Amino acid sequence: MNTNTLRHRLYVFVLVVPAFIVLFGVVIYPFFYNVVISLSNMNLRHIRDWRIVGLDQYVKVFTEPSQPDFYAVFLKTVIWTVVNLLFHVVIGVFLALVLNQKEIRGKAIFRAILILPWAVPQLIVALTWRGMFNYEYGAINLILTQWFGLPAVQWLKQPLEAFIAVIIANVWLGFPFMMVIALGALQSIPQELYEAADIDGASWYHKLKNITIPLIRPVMVPAITLGTIWTFNNLNIVWLVSNAGEPSDQTHLLVSFVYKAAFNFYRYGYGAALSIVIFFILLAFSLVFMRSSKATENVYS
Amino acid sequence: MIRNKHKTSAVRITLSYLVLGFFVLVALFPVLQIFTVSLRPADRLLSTSLEIIPKNASLDNYVALFTERPFFLWLMNSTFVALVVTVTGVALASTCGYAFSRYHFIGKKFGLLSLLVTQMFPATMLLLPMYIMLVMLHLINTYIGIVVMYSATALPFCIWQMKGYYDTIPTSLEEAGTIDGCNQFQAFFKIILPLAAPALVITALFSFMASWTEYVVAAQILQDTEMWTLPLGLKSFESNMGSEWGLYGAASVIVTIPVVILFLSLSRWLVSGLTLGSVKG
Repeated sequence: MNTNTLRHRLYVFVLVVPAFIVLFGVVIYPFFYNVVISLSNMNLRHIRDWRIVGLDQYVKVFTEPSQPDFYAVFLKTVIWTVVNLLFHVVIGVFLALVLNQKEIRGKAIFRAILILPWAVPQLIVALTWRGMFNYEYGAINLILTQWFGLPAVQWLKQPLEAFIAVIIANVWLGFPFMMVIALGALQSIPQELYEAADIDGASWYHKLKNITIPLIRPVMVPAITLGTIWTFNNLNIVWLVSNAGEPSDQTHLLVSFVYKAAFNFYRYGYGAALSIVIFFILLAFSLVFMRSSKATENVYS
Repeated sequence: MIRNKHKTSAVRITLSYLVLGFFVLVALFPVLQIFTVSLRPADRLLSTSLEIIPKNASLDNYVALFTERPFFLWLMNSTFVALVVTVTGVALASTCGYAFSRYHFIGKKFGLLSLLVTQMFPATMLLLPMYIMLVMLHLINTYIGIVVMYSATALPFCIWQMKGYYDTIPTSLEEAGTIDGCNQFQAFFKIILPLAAPALVITALFSFMASWTEYVVAAQILQDTEMWTLPLGLKSFESNMGSEWGLYGAASVIVTIPVVILFLSLSRWLVSGLTLGSVKG
């Protein structure tokens, strides 16, 4: 190709410039503007006449004695992420294994139904679960009392129960993603490996440990990283199921905590500083996780 | 021995169907709940029965949505916003992704990395600066404001995804095209874009979904009831759970059905797009 003609350069220029404008508009500008806001005293009263106040907002993030404070919310976010991912991956991979057996009929139908929780919009998932957790009329309590004779639970009015309710809703919506990814990975494992293992008389457990898990691992690791980031940052479910952190701001994750600070209390500087802190927590996690999973990958091979 | 093996596999298969059956119930139950609520007549909205088709089931809620509420207006608003975001997303992601896939330029590596890093931004990190910018520009309560917001959140992932797909198309195709007399624009539009159709479909679906049922951003930007999109209307019904729960159910069914159909028919490509996007790079 005649790569150096003027025409070619013009063509490259025309394609690359929009990419840069978009990148600047949606990543670089918001990021740096966010940094500037985080160093300022901007809030509802000082939206135009703000000034730089240094690291004050960051100090507030870590030391402000609010109820709940940063550390309590951070701990809750970690628990939320770990519990959700655990259930997503275990249920997802388990269902994929079950569904991938060659004797199972009607795979396409099972797959389509099991994918539903992922397909329903998150807003509707959240609001419907909120209705289902209603004390008197919600389906969950009706099932507990009418089918199992258990006492009804005040799901949305107590901190621990509300947190469990939010987790249940999110486990429900998250397992199909892992199932579909795992199913794709399982289908790419050559059948001969299992046949060879059968000839050697390998048990079910050995096949799982020595063939299945190592071979779906390269696909699952990026999916789990992505899933962790999405779960850690999932504002919709916690915000809508707990109706903005009820009871009395006890049901918050970092991302809903910062959303409330910024948009309900108009603390822009503080919100921006907390956003940056959350971002660096996630960045650090992703780097460490990707690196450590690469390290164990090398041990395997 | 062989007989024994047959027996264990029969047990295994039965157990498998039981497990699948259980999870089918779990997956379906909340979906059926929405459906049930939408069919409840007004005097039985708060019922303590668990039947799926309620007694005296009626379509009154669906009728009320269109005759007594501005639901049709919200439907039109949402469709408009979602279509504009989809067209913007496809146009920008298909060209930017191509640039990132085919050309070397200063800042390319940094650009790609920064697109990936946006996935780690908490929602407020884009929302807050852009919201303040929209306030300064007097774009709050306008569709321009919300389209800018949605495009900004959907684009990084779409560009990354398109770039990953273009990487799988050999460059020799464009070269063959230019030898046959296409110029480079024609080679892109006539040869590469049609081949990238699956990725374009995913980009379109993703952009559409990012706006069609988005609530938290819309809640900050659209203030007048006449400007509202569907999610804001849905939330307003839900807030009056006692009186408008049936309307909520009916509206949810109408909003969800097209999305679920789209999603199920495209889910195969969706996953390959996702894994390509995250594994390649």
